Amino acid sequence: MVEAQQQSSLESIFAEIALMMDRFRKSDAPITMDTDIAQDLNMDSLAVMDLMMELEDKFDVSIPLNMVPEIVTVGQLAQTVYDSKKVA
Amino acid sequence: MGLFDRFKSVSDAYTNLKTCGGDPFGVKMERVLSTTEALIEGRPTILCGTNNYLGLTFDADCMNAAQQAITDFGTGTTGSRIANGSYGCHKALEQDLADFYGKKHCMVFTTGYQANLGAISTLAGPNDFLIIDADSHASIYDACRLGSATVIRFKHNDPADLDKRLSRIANEPGNKIIVVEGIYSMLGDHAPLKEFVEVKKKHGAYLLVDEAHSMGVLGATGRGLLEHDGVDADVDFVTGTFSKSMGAIGGYLVSDHPDFDILRVACRPYMFTASLPPSIVGSVRQALATLRAKPELMKKLWSNVDTLYDGLKAAGFKLGQQKGPVVAVYLTDPKLAGVAWHMLLQRGVYVNLALPPATPSGTALLRCSVCAAHSTEQLQKVVDALTAVGEELGLIGGGNLRVAAAE
Repeated sequence: MVEAQQQSSLESIFAEIALMMDRFRKSDAPITMDTDIAQDLNMDSLAVMDLMMELEDKFDVSIPLNMVPEIVTVGQLAQTVYDSKKVA
Repeated sequence: MGLFDRFKSVSDAYTNLKTCGGDPFGVKMERVLSTTEALIEGRPTILCGTNNYLGLTFDADCMNAAQQAITDFGTGTTGSRIANGSYGCHKALEQDLADFYGKKHCMVFTTGYQANLGAISTLAGPNDFLIIDADSHASIYDACRLGSATVIRFKHNDPADLDKRLSRIANEPGNKIIVVEGIYSMLGDHAPLKEFVEVKKKHGAYLLVDEAHSMGVLGATGRGLLEHDGVDADVDFVTGTFSKSMGAIGGYLVSDHPDFDILRVACRPYMFTASLPPSIVGSVRQALATLRAKPELMKKLWSNVDTLYDGLKAAGFKLGQQKGPVVAVYLTDPKLAGVAWHMLLQRGVYVNLALPPATPSGTALLRCSVCAAHSTEQLQKVVDALTAVGEELGLIGGGNLRVAAAE
């Protein structure tokens, strides 16, 4: 049950992120958990940082810049937000 | 994968940029004719993109001081301050700067980049937080990567946003250091420092201000934005550079913090690089003395700012909102900006081409910088050349709608 809740929460975060990414991405590739943010969506590091700032506000969490290099896929980004929420 | 393959997108963009007819990142000044003129591609060219705000690079007193320092101390120190010793002139320069700011301590670095790199990476430890403006200079971002603190980015020049982000980490035990700049190098806008000071006090944070582009420019005596806004006592750390209004190279950090001197044996970008050569220390000491003795230099700078800013505004260009020695001309299309930049160069006017991601919000800029040594005639020539190019490319005049539509 707990696992199911976590799953849905992660899913909803992913859905929000995919929606928000529309303004930042420079390619029409479909967004899945495995989508590579830089390679597939053609987002540069500045765009990723700007998106993270909006995610911080959307979910009321802190996502340190230190984490940016480790976030490659949209799924990893969603997981990062999810983990931040859990801590908060 | 080849060693340089990962630079392909950069390489493609650079190649594409050069189709404007010139190489904006490879300008060669064959000879420097004066403080405000150089020979570029064989043409005498007005320099309107140098950061030489007070025009001291050819100041006779500064050049004499540099020459005297070479005679007295030689061409270089051949080592670092801690391993190979300080010269009397390094200590004297640090004393001069501390005195200028009315702060107790100062250490000088070999470049302004290293001053930010060293100060920011060392002041914040592994359990601390750096809260930096989103539009921070690369040296601030690089300092964050060199250091071990947790880094949070807040919206450019937005005290309410800073407050919100500090509130989110209010229960975290580490020290919080806010990092802002006096004047931002691309758009020339100031930080709202008074408001930032209020937020800093509310959260018990420290505040570091990089006055690289505002020292010798803002404030009654040229201390920068902290003097302009009357918040000297509330700024905990100030960094800056000697490569702009001081006309040389080097950086500094000043503070009243009682334990300041420990940084000299903890700050790697200070410890593991050769110290400033005597000639630079000599000219900078003189430049600082000149700034203090001749307030008319800043007056001349600001009257020149009026000439360029008002002239370009009247011509119909969209400019950075805050008037100052960095005059940013907005051009929406990076490709067209490159063409305009090259046409200006061919007309004997050198400005900086600034492109995303170095610019905020994906804008292309022709970045002009004003010098106290510019004559009114030179600045009028710059305005005329930009106006002619702008009209030819449809950026102003009939094309005005195009700029307006993109806002």
